Formats: sequence, C-alpha cells, structure tokens
Amino acid sequence: MTATIPSAAGGAAARVHTSPAADPLDGPLAALAAAPWAAPGGAAAWPATPAPGSISIRAVSCFYGSHLAVADVSLEIPGRAVTAFIGPSGCGKSTLLRSINRMHEFIPGARAHGTIELDGVDLNAKGVDPVAVRSKIGMVFQKPNPFPAMSIRDNVLAGLIIRGERPPRAAADDLVEKSLRRAHLWEEVKDRLKKPGDSLSGGQQQRLCIARAVAVEPHVVLMDEPCSALDPISTLAIEELMRDLARDYTVVVVTHNMAQANRISDVTAFFSLAKAGQPGRLVESGPTADLFTAPQVAATRDYIEGRFG
Amino acid sequence: MSATVLAHDADRSASCGGGVADVLASSRPRWGRRLRNRLALGAVVLAVAATAVPLASVIWESVRRGMARIDAELFSSSMWAVVGPGGGLLHALVGTLLITAATALIAIPLGLGAAIFLTEYGAEGRLASLTRRAVDIMVSIPSIVAGLAAYALFSLLLGPGTRSGLAGAVALAMIMIPVVVRSSEEVLRLVPQDLREAGLALGAARHKVIRRVVLPTALPGLTSGAVLGVARIVGETAPLLLVAGFTDAMNYNLADGRMTTLPVFIYTQWSAKGLDTAAYDERAWAGALVLMAVVVALQLAARHLPAQIAKLRRNR
Repeated sequence: MTATIPSAAGGAAARVHTSPAADPLDGPLAALAAAPWAAPGGAAAWPATPAPGSISIRAVSCFYGSHLAVADVSLEIPGRAVTAFIGPSGCGKSTLLRSINRMHEFIPGARAHGTIELDGVDLNAKGVDPVAVRSKIGMVFQKPNPFPAMSIRDNVLAGLIIRGERPPRAAADDLVEKSLRRAHLWEEVKDRLKKPGDSLSGGQQQRLCIARAVAVEPHVVLMDEPCSALDPISTLAIEELMRDLARDYTVVVVTHNMAQANRISDVTAFFSLAKAGQPGRLVESGPTADLFTAPQVAATRDYIEGRFG
Repeated sequence: MSATVLAHDADRSASCGGGVADVLASSRPRWGRRLRNRLALGAVVLAVAATAVPLASVIWESVRRGMARIDAELFSSSMWAVVGPGGGLLHALVGTLLITAATALIAIPLGLGAAIFLTEYGAEGRLASLTRRAVDIMVSIPSIVAGLAAYALFSLLLGPGTRSGLAGAVALAMIMIPVVVRSSEEVLRLVPQDLREAGLALGAARHKVIRRVVLPTALPGLTSGAVLGVARIVGETAPLLLVAGFTDAMNYNLADGRMTTLPVFIYTQWSAKGLDTAAYDERAWAGALVLMAVVVALQLAARHLPAQIAKLRRNR
C-alpha cells in the first residue's frame, strides 16, 4: 500500500487503515482513512486489520419526538454481502437504515436507542465522531443527487473536496477512474468529465452517486431505495453493480421491489407494522433463499405472496 | 330503472330547447356583457399607461437634458473651484464607488451570515424567530433614521460632527443588510435538502458541506441578490446627506472627511445653484442620467449574472 497523500492525520501512520479488500481501490487514497476515527482519548479505536464490515444491530428503537417509529430491532448484517430491508411503507426500514450511519441526527426530533456496532465498534459510543462514522458508512439516496455545481470529475472527488483535502492531480485522476469503473460508469463519461454532474441521465446520475460514495473508501454502502426513481434498464445496471460492490463492501439496501430483493440480496430482513401509526418491527430475517421459499412467519408469507402491503 | 333514466334525459334536452347548436348559440355574449368586457380592458390599459408614461417621461427628460453635459470634462473633473459652467462629477463617481463597495463589504458577509444561520442552523429556534423579526423591522426602517443612527455611532466613537464615507457606508449597510438576508435566505432554501444530506453522508462536517456544497450551488442566486441589494442603496440620498456630507473636492479616503455620491451630487447641484443656474441644472440632469445608467446596469447584471455563472460552469 502506498500512502502518498498527505492528510490531516498524516502523522498517525500507525492508524492508517487499509481499504476493505485488496481491490483496485486499495491505492493511494487509503491514507484518507487515517482521518481520526475517534476523538483523542475516545473509547473507540478502529481495528488495525482490514475489517469485513459486518454490522450488528441490537435492541434498536427509533423515535421521532415521542413517536416510536421502529421498535426493538436486533439484526446481524453480514460483511461483504447484500442485505435487503423489505416491508410495507411506514414500517421504519429507511429510518433504521439512516440510524446506522447516524444520518437520522439531522432530522429534527429523531433519535435512536440501542446499540449499533460496525466490526465490534459501537457507533454511538461517547467520543465517536458521527462525521467519521459517515466516512466509513456511505449512503446512496432514493433520488439521484449529484452536486449540480460540480463537474462529473469533482462529483467523484466530492468527499475529498468537501473535506478540504487536495490530492495531487495524478492521484485524483486515478481515484476518479477507479471509482467510476467501480460504479460501471467510466466508459460512458470518460470523455466528458468536466461536464456538470446533473447533465447525465437518471441512471447514470445514480451510478455517479455510487462512485462518489465509494471514492471515500467506506466499509459499508447504505442504499435507500436506489432504483425507485429509475427505469428498468437503469435499475438492472444498478442491481448488477450492487452484486459487484458486495465483493468489497457491505451493502444494505432498502427496497419496495421484492423481486429485486430476491435477485440481489444474500440476506433479507422483513419489517412490518400492525397498522398505520404503530411502530415498525422486524418480523423475520434470514438468508434470502430461505426467506422467500420457506418463510417462518405467516405475515412474511402473505407479504411475499402479495396478499398484503 | 333504465327507462326512468332515459325519460329523465329526454326531459332535460327538451327543456334546453333541443340540441347542442342551440346551447352554443344562446351562450354567445350579449351586448351588455361585451360592453362590460371592453370597459374593464380599457381601465386596465389606462392603468398601465398611467404607470408607463411617468417612467418614459423620466427617462426621456434625463436623456434629453442630461446629454448636454455628457462630455469628457464631466467624467474627468470635480466641482472644486467651479462656480459657473464646466466642472464634473468625478468626485461623486469615486465617492459612489467607494461608499457602495464599503457598504457591500459590510452588508454581504453579515447578511449572508444571518441567512446561513436562519436556513442551516436556526430554522425553528427562538433566536431564529428573533432574527427574522429584527430583519422585518430593519426592512422598514426609514433611511434617514439609519443615517441618524450611523451619525450618532460615529459621533460617539470619533467625536461629534464626524462625517466620512465610512459612516455613510455603515448607514447604507443598515439598509442593505435586510435586503441581503431576505434574498439569500430565499435562495438558500431552494438548495435541495438532498444535496446537504449527500454531502454529510460523505463524512464531511456540516460547516464544510455549507461552504463547499450549499453556497456554490446557491451562488448564482446569491450573486443576483447581492447585486439587487447594491442597486437598492446606490441611489440613497438622505442618510448620506447626514453622515457623509457633501463636498466639491475629490476624496479617496473613506475614513477621513466628507465624501459626495451621485445622488448627493444631484441634490446639491439642484438645491444650491450659483449665479449661472443653467449650468447647475445641466450638471444635475447629467448626474441623474449617469445614476440611472448605473442602476439599470446593476438591474441587468442581477438578471443575467445567474445564467452567466451557470454557463461558465457548463463550459469549463
């Protein structure tokens, strides 16, 4: 591994963390991971060995103000695999997803109780910087949201640009190409990297957002209904990409499309709620093949067979 | 059942006097309605004319009377030691430039800062509603009162009777800040929440997301708002009469001594005529023409800058 990019924490070479796998991205930008994971003296320190990126959710409840949105969810999300959250609207899938990288903290009144660990590190422990959590757990949103004021190239580099880090030109070019290849977008945009990010089609924009997310070397990529605003062809491209990403990252995807969950996920978690206004609960989770062929709970079977929801 | 429905339909068409053609024929406007329509249209056209004629007259008169003195001397000399014809408004042009630039330097950072606070941090809090209330009040402060406030401030700081371009800029900033806050807040609210979330999800701190995502995205609109703010204050006269005073001489120093701007130049030329009144009148009109040109240029800039910035981004 070559750590050529000086970063804010460049001196902390011992804490340099390698990328999730010996993959094409394991390049110069790995040094970026040296950003302090926890505040000095904090309880948590990132493990020095490459992490498989598994997430452990234990007794998590999410609230909006006093309204209980998700009740008491415990779930193991395996590293480097695709986990799908399915269930009817309002069952709290997205809310739970957001609480994994602490994005729920930006919704006024939202809070989460319980424990969420990434490779054994409690993400909500005292001294853990939420900004560092989000640099390890990236997110792709329902609507493609490239930065319109940035070029395609700068969109890929956005993580660095926004943090104010200025990699040398050559390293940046490498990272742009690797990330765009990673997102299956390179061939389509390599001749117009300077065009604005929003000049692409919807499906391309979403892949650009995925390139942007993986460029900061996360362990986990959370996807909140990433295909719901896309046409079937673009959806297929993203689905292939998700399978491919799972070789190096933990992918957690919220989807309303059960066929999609069946196609792409290794593990499926089915959430539901008794009725509108009631908190969402985890009904059943397990290997996707098992859950879709032999659900253990009647509600799961009804939902999968389209009898409700 | 169906029989009664049919009977009912037949009944209705009979009562309308037959087919569709009859209905349409009877719906043609009768003369009374057409007359009322004409009257209303006439009234609206009259209202437009009543608005447009004075505007056209102002433009026409300033061009007609002002052109007499649009010459090299006007733009190259001050009024120093001029009592008859000749002389110029260079001192007022420089004063306008300096005071306006100083005002923008004070008002844009403060106004933008307040807008960022309101949209990015304070949304619901008590301090935010207090700030909004304060901005609402500031908008309606009479400009002469802003001038008095600046006069009082500088008198306390530097001694009674202090007059300077900087004091003028402070007075004008009080007028410009609320304009900038309001326009910036509006523009910042238009930045999609998605973009903020995308930035935050990349593991960047909030202030960096504001600086490198929100502000660049809003830049075209923010520029337009700032230029409109400048256009709002560039024609202000009353507060400057109080705190910047007027002078016939060049003054390049904002911090020291009286400084004249274009509106004040127009006022003094018109109000304190010497013996050769025609020369003073001509200068006043020429000043009015120059000031109008500046304001129109600013308005055009505010309208076209956003598109230009966007175009620049597309073609880089």
